[in-house]
Amino acid sequence: MEFPPVYVPGSPKITILSGASSDLAAATYCLHHETHTLGNALRWMIMKNPKVEFCGYSVPHPSEPKIHLRIQMYDSLSSLDALLEALNNLDELFATIGEAYTTSLNDDTYESFEE
Amino acid sequence: MAASINDPRRHVRYHPERVGDVSSTDYPGHYPGEDHSWNYTKWKKNLVVRVQRLSDASIEFDLVGVDASIANALRRILIAEIPTIAIDPVFVWQNTSVVHDEVFAHRLGLVPLAINPHRLHYKGDDAALDSNTVVFKLHVRCERNFKAAKGETDPEKLYFNSNIYSRDLVWSPQGSQEKTLGSPPKPANPNILLAKLRPGQEVEIEMHAVKGISSLHAKWSPVATASYRLLPHIIIREPIPSEHAEKFKNCFAPGVIEIREEGGEKKVEVVNPRKETMSREVLRHDEFEGKVELTRIRDFFMFKIESTGCYPPADLFSESISVMREKIGVMKAEVEKLKAMAEGGGDEAMT
Repeated sequence: MEFPPVYVPGSPKITILSGASSDLAAATYCLHHETHTLGNALRWMIMKNPKVEFCGYSVPHPSEPKIHLRIQMYDSLSSLDALLEALNNLDELFATIGEAYTTSLNDDTYESFEE
Repeated sequence: MAASINDPRRHVRYHPERVGDVSSTDYPGHYPGEDHSWNYTKWKKNLVVRVQRLSDASIEFDLVGVDASIANALRRILIAEIPTIAIDPVFVWQNTSVVHDEVFAHRLGLVPLAINPHRLHYKGDDAALDSNTVVFKLHVRCERNFKAAKGETDPEKLYFNSNIYSRDLVWSPQGSQEKTLGSPPKPANPNILLAKLRPGQEVEIEMHAVKGISSLHAKWSPVATASYRLLPHIIIREPIPSEHAEKFKNCFAPGVIEIREEGGEKKVEVVNPRKETMSREVLRHDEFEGKVELTRIRDFFMFKIESTGCYPPADLFSESISVMREKIGVMKAEVEKLKAMAEGGGDEAMT
C-alpha cells in the first residue's frame, strides 16, 4: 500500500494511553496521524453502540498530528472490540454511500451544463 | 425513501437571535424506550444520494440521512486528503523578470495540473524517477516587435512574449512516461497569467511536479471549494392574511415563496426552500409572530464541489470515499494487531 507523505509507515498507528483498566473496559487510545476526519466519524459510530457507556475524542494540540479517543464500556466488555466493530460498520457505511452516489450519477436525470 | 421532512427531530431551529437544536440526538439511551443503536439495514433504507447539477467544473448533489460527522469527514477529505500532482521543486536557471524567483516558484506551484494522480507514486525521500516525477520546462524571452505600428501602446502588439501563461509550460517526458501517464500532462487551464516581461527579459525554469496531499500544502487541493449547506425548511403554522402576502414573500430570498390567488384571496406557498438564505427577516415583523417557523433539516446535506481541473468533478466524491475507506482499513489492521497483543497478555501495547 502507498501512503501520503504525512504518514510514516512502520511508526505505531494506535497506542493505549496509561490509566486504562486491565480488561480494557475503559481506555483512552491515541490514534497517530489522524484528525477530526476519522476521530469524529469514529466517535459517532462508537456512540451508536448500546454497550458503550461513554465515548469522546479530542485533538490534544493542533500542531500534533494525533487524536485521543476515550471509550468506556458497560459490563466490563472490551473497548477494543467496540472500536473494531465501529470501524467495520463505518467501512460498510462509506461503501454504501459510494455505491448510492455512483448509482445516482449513472441512473438519475440531472441538469448538465458547461461553465 | 428518506424519512419525513416534517419530523421535528430532524429540525435545526432558527430563532431571532440564536440557533437551537443543533446537535443530533439519535444515540442509544437518549430517548427512553427507543432503540437508536446502529442498524445498517434501517440506515440504508433512509439514505438518499441524489445528483442535482453537473458541469465540466463542478457538481451539486444531496446526501440525506447521515450524521454531520460523516458528511464533514468527506468534506474534509475533499479539501485536504485527495492526492493530486503539483509542481514542488523549481530550478531557476535564468530569471531577469521583475518577479522574484521565490514568488515565481510559488505561483508555479499553485498551477493546477491535469495529470491522473493514480499513475504516479509518492516521491517521499526517493530520488526523482519517471514513476514519481513529471518534468515541465519554461523558456520564454521577450523581444521587441519591429513591425509594430508607430505610436502603438499595447504591449501585446509592441513586444513578443510580453506575458507568460500557464500554456507556456512544456512537458518534458522522462523514460516511458509517454506511455504510462496516459493523456499528455498539461496545466488544467491554459490561460493562467504567471508573469509579465519586457524586451530583453528572459525566464528559463525547470519544474518537477510530484504527488502530494493538501494537508501538506494547499496547492495539492483537488477542489476550489467543497462545502455543504443544510436544506432550509419553512413551516407556515397559521395562514398568512391576504394583505400581508406580498410582505411575507419579500421576507425571503427570490423564488422561495410564491403567491397564489384563490377566490380573490392571496395565499402564500413555499415553492423552493433550497434558495432561502435564512436571513430571518420574517422573524423581525410582529404580524408574522408565531405564524412561521424557520428550520433546516439536520441530516440533509446539499454538497457543492468545484474541481480545480485535476479530477473530473463527478469523480471527486468517489475519491473521497476511497480515501476514507483506506484510512479505516489501515486503522482496522492496526487495531487487530493491538488486540492480538493485548490478548497475548502483554502490557507492551500500553505506552
